[in-house]
Amino acid sequence: MAETTEILGIFDGGAKAAAGARAILDDGLGEVVAYSPVPDHALDQALHVTISPVRLFVLIGGLLGCATGFIFPIYTVLDWPLITGGKPLISIPPFVVIAFELTILFGAIGGMASFLWMAGVPRLTGSPAPDDRFTNDKMGINVTCRPADADAVRTSLARCGAEEVKG
Amino acid sequence: MSFAKINDDILRTLRAPGPAWYAGIALVMSFALVGLYAFLYQARTGLGVAGYQHPILWAVYITDFVFWVGIAHSGTLISAVLFQFRARWRTAVARAAEAMTVFAVMTAGLFPIIHLGRPWFFYWLIPYPNERQLWVNFRSPLVWDLFAITTYLTVSAMFLYLGLMPDIAAARDRVKDWRQPIYKALALGWRGTSRQWQHHTALYGFFAALATPLVISVHSVVSWDFAMAILPGWHSTIFAPYFVAGAIFSGVAMVITLLLPMRRIFKLESYITVHHFENLAKLMLTTSLIVGYAYMVEFFVAWYSGNVFEQGTFYDRMFGQYWGLSWTMFTCNVILPLLLFFKAFRTNLKALFVLSIFVNIGMWLERYVIIVSSLSHDFDPANWAGLYQPTWVEGAITLGSFGLFFTLFLLFIKNFPAVSITEMKETMDQPSEADPATSWPEPV
Repeated sequence: MAETTEILGIFDGGAKAAAGARAILDDGLGEVVAYSPVPDHALDQALHVTISPVRLFVLIGGLLGCATGFIFPIYTVLDWPLITGGKPLISIPPFVVIAFELTILFGAIGGMASFLWMAGVPRLTGSPAPDDRFTNDKMGINVTCRPADADAVRTSLARCGAEEVKG
Repeated sequence: MSFAKINDDILRTLRAPGPAWYAGIALVMSFALVGLYAFLYQARTGLGVAGYQHPILWAVYITDFVFWVGIAHSGTLISAVLFQFRARWRTAVARAAEAMTVFAVMTAGLFPIIHLGRPWFFYWLIPYPNERQLWVNFRSPLVWDLFAITTYLTVSAMFLYLGLMPDIAAARDRVKDWRQPIYKALALGWRGTSRQWQHHTALYGFFAALATPLVISVHSVVSWDFAMAILPGWHSTIFAPYFVAGAIFSGVAMVITLLLPMRRIFKLESYITVHHFENLAKLMLTTSLIVGYAYMVEFFVAWYSGNVFEQGTFYDRMFGQYWGLSWTMFTCNVILPLLLFFKAFRTNLKALFVLSIFVNIGMWLERYVIIVSSLSHDFDPANWAGLYQPTWVEGAITLGSFGLFFTLFLLFIKNFPAVSITEMKETMDQPSEADPATSWPEPV
């Protein structure tokens, strides 16, 4: 694997950070990871962040929950047939309540599990972000590049308004 | 107002508490301990100490259950439903309301267990292959309740945690005391990368979308605990919307009761403004009108049904032995909230605080009246019971539930950001682009 170096640019606003990220990517200088204290659309556009696939897992969880909500009660009434109140064993209307609740429960669990997986958490060891200020008031652009491009990256970040360039 | 100031102001609430907080938590913990003692006494002695008398075999505990589930509802309304409607004013109050939801459901979930003759067998309600070779009856509203409440608790807790995660990371990077390792663990290594925000934002929207029908279904299911029975006063198709509106009404009142002192103690007046309380008051007024309408429709339905038992129950409710409670309920829930039509009242925070307490009392009484007065006046006059007398055990356990709820809430607001740092930052412009003079947006 080729040798790489990390350079961090610290910005005081999303637009400047987005400009920095775009400049690095357009010039093909390296790979960019952006940090910010809030979701930032300008950064998302610069990094070509697409629609999150958690929606798919919410859907899968919801469908599984709905199916479970019907199949499980039906299985239990057939496993031990006990007629109560003169009602049919397989009484769909009451099972709709169970299916409704499990649709939401499994959908939420599916979404949460996929979020944790895709967001790369839990991550319990090491330093979470390269600078404490990224959860406070600063945006960061971390560039992984070849040592030969390091100067160009620094210049590019500074030109886009980085308050500070490290590494 | 800048990102850094928001961060500082909100994280300041996590500093070492003062004597007022210690005094408050000592008081509410002592209430919780009184409740625990009463529950242990009841478990050891038997359910007879609760004052149940045939045919009134549901009373204060089920009232408490419905009351606390109701309190939970406004939290989800504010955090999820208002989020869907993009009501930006919710930002300042959403976190406290979400936390309130989780703690209220936790408290509510204890009551069906407290109400059991043998509480240690509560797990028999859970459907799992067992040595008794029995499955639960999925046609029973009590089993629906189990599914609704556990789903509600799980989803609300995950929703709260999801919103908290970036804020816990902010606390992790700022609060340098013994809690830092705890924040570090709970933040799960949150870094705030674009990729993380992408999934976080998407999932938050989905949680809001899932919680919206959930909140309506949960109190509907709770209302069906009653409406599925054939008892006059309970067996009604309007129960689900009636209960949902009542739940939101009482929940908003509790949000006001909690937020007013919290805002003052933590000096969050610039974040939680009079405008927010006015909006909450409008929500309370709207739901009060729905509840008032439901009360009247209940009487109309009883009259129009031509059913003497139904008519007898409702006549008894207003003019029988429970008349005092019924009219107090009506006054607290329908008449007093009419004051909210006046802007001067909606913006008078002291008056709002007092009204919110009256509404809490009124909504507790509503559940008590629905449950106890209906049970005491069924089809058979030979069954009609005298005035139900709650015992000290029921009183102590009810007090204990308030103690538990407030203990959890006080612990939460002192250890976690009680206002969402991330969402407050989102409501303002980016630091570098903002004009300092106008960066704080006008409330929408």
